[in-house]
Amino acid sequence: MSVILKTEKLRVEFASREFRQKAKVALSSLDLTVNAGEIFGFLGPNGAGKTTTINVLLGFVTPKSGAAYLFGIDVRQPIARQRIGYLPEMTYYYKFLTAEELLRFYAKIFGLAGAEADKRIDRLFKLVDLEQARRRLLKTYSKGMQQRVGLAQALINDPDLLILDEPTSGLDPLGRMKVREIIQRVKNEGKTVFFSSHELGEVETVCDRVVIINEGALKAEGRVSDLVQKYQTHSLEQVFLKVIGYETTSSAGAPVTTGASKA
Amino acid sequence: MNKIFAIGKVVLLEMYRRKDFYVLFIVTALITAVMGSVTFFKDEQIVRYLKAICLFLIWASSLFIAIGATARQIPAERESRTIFPLMAKPVSRAQVLLGKFLGCWLACGAALVIFYAFFGCVAAAREHQWPLANYFQAWSLHWAMLGIVVAMTLFGSLVLTAVSSNITITFIATIAILLVGRHLHQVALTMSEPSAIMITSLYYVIPHLELFDMRDLIVHDWPLIPWGIWFIALVYAAAYSALLLLLSWLVFRRKVLQ
Repeated sequence: MSVILKTEKLRVEFASREFRQKAKVALSSLDLTVNAGEIFGFLGPNGAGKTTTINVLLGFVTPKSGAAYLFGIDVRQPIARQRIGYLPEMTYYYKFLTAEELLRFYAKIFGLAGAEADKRIDRLFKLVDLEQARRRLLKTYSKGMQQRVGLAQALINDPDLLILDEPTSGLDPLGRMKVREIIQRVKNEGKTVFFSSHELGEVETVCDRVVIINEGALKAEGRVSDLVQKYQTHSLEQVFLKVIGYETTSSAGAPVTTGASKA
Repeated sequence: MNKIFAIGKVVLLEMYRRKDFYVLFIVTALITAVMGSVTFFKDEQIVRYLKAICLFLIWASSLFIAIGATARQIPAERESRTIFPLMAKPVSRAQVLLGKFLGCWLACGAALVIFYAFFGCVAAAREHQWPLANYFQAWSLHWAMLGIVVAMTLFGSLVLTAVSSNITITFIATIAILLVGRHLHQVALTMSEPSAIMITSLYYVIPHLELFDMRDLIVHDWPLIPWGIWFIALVYAAAYSALLLLLSWLVFRRKVLQ
């Protein structure tokens, strides 16, 4: 199985704005490996370092030490992002553009133009059920519609790796179902999904393998069923609470690897 | 190059769909039209003063457009977080900067075409002549000068946190260069060291925006400047714009986005 995403001893520090204050360690020696074709759940409480990890993978933040690779290419090189799609936690798109103009803009960034771009844009609007609203300005879209445009833009380049940062956050049940359907469809096409979420029930349903991080370090990694067994619990939620130390357990705090090992 | 043009096109679309620039244009056009239609004291020579005032208005408006539009670009992308989906694509920070520069600079060029065309029509209605080559030289040098201003504002938007402080500082710096830039070395002669050397250095470092001011050429119907000089001025503007863009890139390339 080929490795799609890899981080090696990733360390990120943010300088403090306060005088003589130590830098805040956002990530400390994080090692991650995501294999081709899997749906990988990336879990952790608020402030654990999930978004920072994604920001490093996308080249927004430069690590203090360590390295990160997408398809074997250093993430600091823009070409590393040629085969990925990214959906941010909130929908942040140019409100003065129509949905079609937005997709056409991103298609151009990926070097797509002409009939090929038209065909792909038509297919994506069909996929996210926005064919009727494609020529409306984005500022007139509801939150659910904006999230679906977000998914469409994340898929514009037919990516091999989809990075989703809490994709169902704030969506109604119908919107969540739609997002889940699309994730499943992407998986069926053999693509890889890197999925950060607080919706543990959803992660349990969708993901092949999960990682739980806390305070910038990896705390547990493995298949959901293996983790549930390892921690002698009944659900991923209970595993999560144990791992982050919410419940007093002997194993909390120590990195635990179960089931599918790193490639 | 396609990526740079795509980003530039989005900048142009944003400006086209914003209403504030239309207000600026309508106000300038109205004042120009009113000035052009008035004859004070039945003095035909007064038309020179009217032209000077109208061209001053065009210069002021163009600076407002260039600085106002450019100062918002990167901070607005960061504030509205639209920079994240964009930078998650295979686009480098240098391409984003160049795209923003290109979009703002082209928008300034388009605004200048409208301003100068309107001014030309009003002036022609009074003087019954079309000095097209003069207008072309004035427009092209004005546009080249705005290239430096746009690059300078882009640099300011990466160094200064607040948009308002960037607009204020860039506007003051631009006006200061236009008004006193050419006199700095003479001022230095009256000073003692080390102030003199500092002011002299400043004279050689700052971009001399006043070199691009061709308003007198139109107001007094002076002959064209030699095309060789015109070309050197364009190269001078290109060099300063490139230098400022390079500085912007050096700041932007390591900037943490989050």
